[in-house]
Amino acid sequence: MTNPKVISRTSSDKELNSDYKYGFVTDIETDLAPKGVNEDIVRLISAKKNEPEFLLEWRLKAYRHWLKQAGKDPDWAKIKFPAIDYQDIHYYASPVQAPQLESLDEVDPELIEAFNKLGIPIEEQKKMSGVAVDAIFDSSSVATTYQESLEKAGVIFCSMSEAVQRYPDLVRKYLGSVVPYSDNYYATLNSAVFSDGSFVYVPPGVRCPMELMTYFRINAEESGQFERTLIIADKGSSVSYLEGCTAPMRKSHQLHAAVVELVALDDAEIKYSTLQNWYPGDKNGEGGVYNFVTKRGKALGNNSKISWTQVETGSAITWKYPSVILQGDNSVGEFYSVALVNNHQQADTGTKMIHIGRNTKSTIVAKGISAGKGSNTYRGLVQIMPSAQNATNFTQCDSLLIGDKCGAHTVPYIDVRNQTARMEHEASTSKVSDDQLFYSMQRGISEEESHYMIVNGFCRGIFQELPFEFAMEAQQLLRVNLEGAVG
Amino acid sequence: MVVNLRGLNMSGNSVAHDQYRLDFKELDGRLVPDSPSWLSENRQIAFSEFENLGFRTTKRANERWKYTNIAPLARTGFRYRFEPNEDVVTIRSIRELLPWHEDWTRLVFVDGMYSDLLSNPDNNSSDVYVGQLREAMVDRSDVIENSLGSLVSYSKDGFLAANMAFLSDGAFVHVSNGVSPRKVIHLIFVSTGDEDPMVSYPRTLVLAGSGSDMTLVESYVGLLNNSYFTNAVTEVLVEDGSKVEHYRYMKESQDAFHVGTSRVQLGRDSTFSSSSFSQGSSIARNDLGVTFNSPGSSCSLSGLYQASDSEHVDSSIDIDHASPNCSSDQYFKGILDGNSRGVFSGKVLVRPEAQKTIARQADKNLLLSEGARINTKPSLEIFADDVVCSHGATAGALADELMFYMMSRGIDEKTARSLIVYGFASEIIDKFNLAPIRDRIECLLLDGSDFQ
Amino acid sequence: MLDIRDLQVEVSGERILKGVNLTVNAGEIHAVMGPNGSGKSTLTHVIAGKPGYDVVQGEVVFEGIDLLELSPDQRAREGIFLAFQYPVELPGVRNRQLLKSALDAVRLHRGQEELSAREFDKLFKTKVKEIGMDAELMKRSVNEGFSGGEKKRSEILQLSMLDPKLALLDETDSGLDIDALKSISESINRRVSSDRSTLLVTHYQRILNYVQPDCVHVLVDGIIVESGGRELASELEASGYKSFKDKDIQE
Repeated sequence: MTNPKVISRTSSDKELNSDYKYGFVTDIETDLAPKGVNEDIVRLISAKKNEPEFLLEWRLKAYRHWLKQAGKDPDWAKIKFPAIDYQDIHYYASPVQAPQLESLDEVDPELIEAFNKLGIPIEEQKKMSGVAVDAIFDSSSVATTYQESLEKAGVIFCSMSEAVQRYPDLVRKYLGSVVPYSDNYYATLNSAVFSDGSFVYVPPGVRCPMELMTYFRINAEESGQFERTLIIADKGSSVSYLEGCTAPMRKSHQLHAAVVELVALDDAEIKYSTLQNWYPGDKNGEGGVYNFVTKRGKALGNNSKISWTQVETGSAITWKYPSVILQGDNSVGEFYSVALVNNHQQADTGTKMIHIGRNTKSTIVAKGISAGKGSNTYRGLVQIMPSAQNATNFTQCDSLLIGDKCGAHTVPYIDVRNQTARMEHEASTSKVSDDQLFYSMQRGISEEESHYMIVNGFCRGIFQELPFEFAMEAQQLLRVNLEGAVG
Repeated sequence: MVVNLRGLNMSGNSVAHDQYRLDFKELDGRLVPDSPSWLSENRQIAFSEFENLGFRTTKRANERWKYTNIAPLARTGFRYRFEPNEDVVTIRSIRELLPWHEDWTRLVFVDGMYSDLLSNPDNNSSDVYVGQLREAMVDRSDVIENSLGSLVSYSKDGFLAANMAFLSDGAFVHVSNGVSPRKVIHLIFVSTGDEDPMVSYPRTLVLAGSGSDMTLVESYVGLLNNSYFTNAVTEVLVEDGSKVEHYRYMKESQDAFHVGTSRVQLGRDSTFSSSSFSQGSSIARNDLGVTFNSPGSSCSLSGLYQASDSEHVDSSIDIDHASPNCSSDQYFKGILDGNSRGVFSGKVLVRPEAQKTIARQADKNLLLSEGARINTKPSLEIFADDVVCSHGATAGALADELMFYMMSRGIDEKTARSLIVYGFASEIIDKFNLAPIRDRIECLLLDGSDFQ
Repeated sequence: MLDIRDLQVEVSGERILKGVNLTVNAGEIHAVMGPNGSGKSTLTHVIAGKPGYDVVQGEVVFEGIDLLELSPDQRAREGIFLAFQYPVELPGVRNRQLLKSALDAVRLHRGQEELSAREFDKLFKTKVKEIGMDAELMKRSVNEGFSGGEKKRSEILQLSMLDPKLALLDETDSGLDIDALKSISESINRRVSSDRSTLLVTHYQRILNYVQPDCVHVLVDGIIVESGGRELASELEASGYKSFKDKDIQE
């Protein structure tokens, strides 16, 4: 039995010590649109996917809005990078394969092999332990496993392209309902050119029988990945969704500008977990993925709950604020995060909790680890609107510094407009204390190992929020990415 | 008030209003004959900076003003007062307004102009100088040329540029090395306002010689209920091993605008403590920056801010740890009622060389009404690894249980409320080591109850 | 087993140990007694290799190995265990995790195989019971939220699990009630064998009612002023450290 892995636990130490073990490039035939973005490209993407008119219109509206924003990339985050040439990117890259797959046998064996190398078997006969996987290669979904048993439960789990064909009404109703196309520069671009992503619908009263997982991989050179994910949990339903990400080692930077929208209706619950291990660039900061992602959930119904858990260890730059709009009364929003930067990595990540409904409750626990020359910023907004009677928020942000060349920043914005609110924010920054290190080493544990153990302990509260298998992977990711930072 | 939109340029960035130009020309003509040339030059440069900068009202890349909308201030052509309005101000009238002690050394400025009549300076000994900046520029021009403006850069900030451009006088406090003045030094800035909106530019320069020890109070108050604008700048240079105990009391008229910028630089092993009381007005902004330039120093900043009705109160605290082994502590509390809005933004920057820094920061808020709002942003920017830094923020309403407890003891609701508010504030009030300030704040907080 | 010769140690320029000589043979229990500030904790820290101490002179040899050349974890793997006077908290690090990693490292060094998870748990359970630890407590993070007494017991549990050649007990007896003291003493006595030694550092002679040392040393102001049999402890009990301080001055 194998499980999906963002990193394989069976890897030998030698492999773990290598810089980045997902750096291989898969040689397969790719259907690549010419570089650049314009209305024709938007139309081409839409046509490739045989999309209904409403979607093309929506894309074009987004594209025109994006044009108006030209040069207005968000500039408020604590990240530095050269201006992106948006005309030097392929906006559509998809593995060439038979248009309609009858079975997994028709999937290009090279592709299956690529995912196997990553520890993500997409052949169903390998029987993963109750995790349904949607594998996305560059911009296209290549295989979704376990479709049948999910369908039995009434759960829809498929690629966005497929959802557009089969469930256009659901897509039309919810797409852009949480992150409108005009939301922000990257989300607007995504709305114009998104190529694929995952779609989940859990019908009323259904607890999704297995964990759903999407696995993302950027393969094609100089391509951007603009996937779009939409998850709807109907009344009284629940679902746990995982995503993992890797990319090959490339000299140039790759842009990843995804949008994820979650909608939870009355009494519904969505748990969304991410292990992000995009290629972070080399030790000198060359290459690596720009991870500019908009993730937002709307706890629309009463008593609904949306929970984000993220372990962000990869990417050259992470710009990401998984947020919750707490609209329904008694709704709950959670954000648990570990963000690690090493070498030249930069992360500006956090969350927004917008309290609108009564008795809404949010919890934020963010752990930042900075090593090497990394820069790590927690940026968060807690907003309690006048209508949010008796809202509560608790926020805790802790930062750990390893070495004296890195930076750790905490920038919380707190906006309280209702006197019945109770909000509390705590933050601390420190390093691994010498006393803790000595204590552990006195027990015979090496300095490096002691560091890992203590850093791991620092993150434990977050790892506990992950499904067990993912938690194990997260620990390994932390270790691999801390390589060279300690000892 | 006449709303004049000429101050806005195409991009929505407001630039200096015509009124300022007229007044600057007039003032410059009057000042130049008696001013040292370096000052005249600086004022000229500052004014042209101000013309470029104006008061920025755009949201984009204007983080320092994210939650305080200065558009009403920016679009008003505040006039400069050339003739003193001294006759409306008497000792008796200002005593009612602010912390007062007969023994304190006192400089009084009315609408930015020094009042000989109301002041009680201390400028006769070589140890201590508490007097007019204008006079000191003659007697001690070297010292002043070297230090005035050394902590504020007016090339980026329209408020600082305007203050420099219109600098004609101010308060100068100089305590020589090793001296500890016995008397508390009180700098009082009274605004009288007028039917037309008026502006004044209080300016203070404080030099604490090494090993000295002083207590300094700054008060900013409004006499009449007018709309006026106070654009104040204070620089405090704390030299090695000295100790400065600083207090700031701000209670401008309800319709007034106050933008006060204080910059403090700490020498080796020095101690700076500052407690402020800020009462809201149209805009009441207290912007305090402390830089640690040498090792071993510490600062403790605390503040109480209060606003009601549609007042706005903004505390902006910036700590720059640029040297090792220093500690900073911030403790602020806000009490917001009516439809008022409070803003707190506290930033702690720890530079790579500032190892062994200890920095703490806390902001707690009490919201007393449905319409009150608080924006708090306590941020940490840390580049050194061997540090202990923390911050915290809270917001909440009066605890029902407490109210119930008090009322069950026979205390009426109004009194119970002000007692709880007082209890909330007392932690900060206790940090004012001078009884006259404590009494004044207590009076304000317990106003209307039977517990005065 | 342990040979300390003319050990002189400074902390931030201040001389704490001023020439300590001490030999502990295999199988022996030694007690080092002294007033506060005499350098007792410093002695254990220097043996274990805590950073921040400058050894300006002397040597510390353990079974023929120059300890001062080794990092703290290497010393631990050679068989040195320090029960801390003030054990630190390791937030998020579970007791089991710390002990498993430690035991694996120690065993690997000794040329033994790592214990399987199952074997480890069995051993762990037995020891927890033996020491009288609350098993629930051991599911928590290391020392987090432990009372003073619980921390001391936890140190003894770790000692018992790792089974070192030389145990350094730094004021392990302080702040314990009589039951805990007895129980910890039993654990110390249980480890007595021909190849294990214990160096017990204490302020009070109370624990020596339960643990019989082979040798008692009196450390005053960075120097061992007197060594003798267990009767020395009773003498101290009667007259206090003052007489030794005076003696020191006269010399």
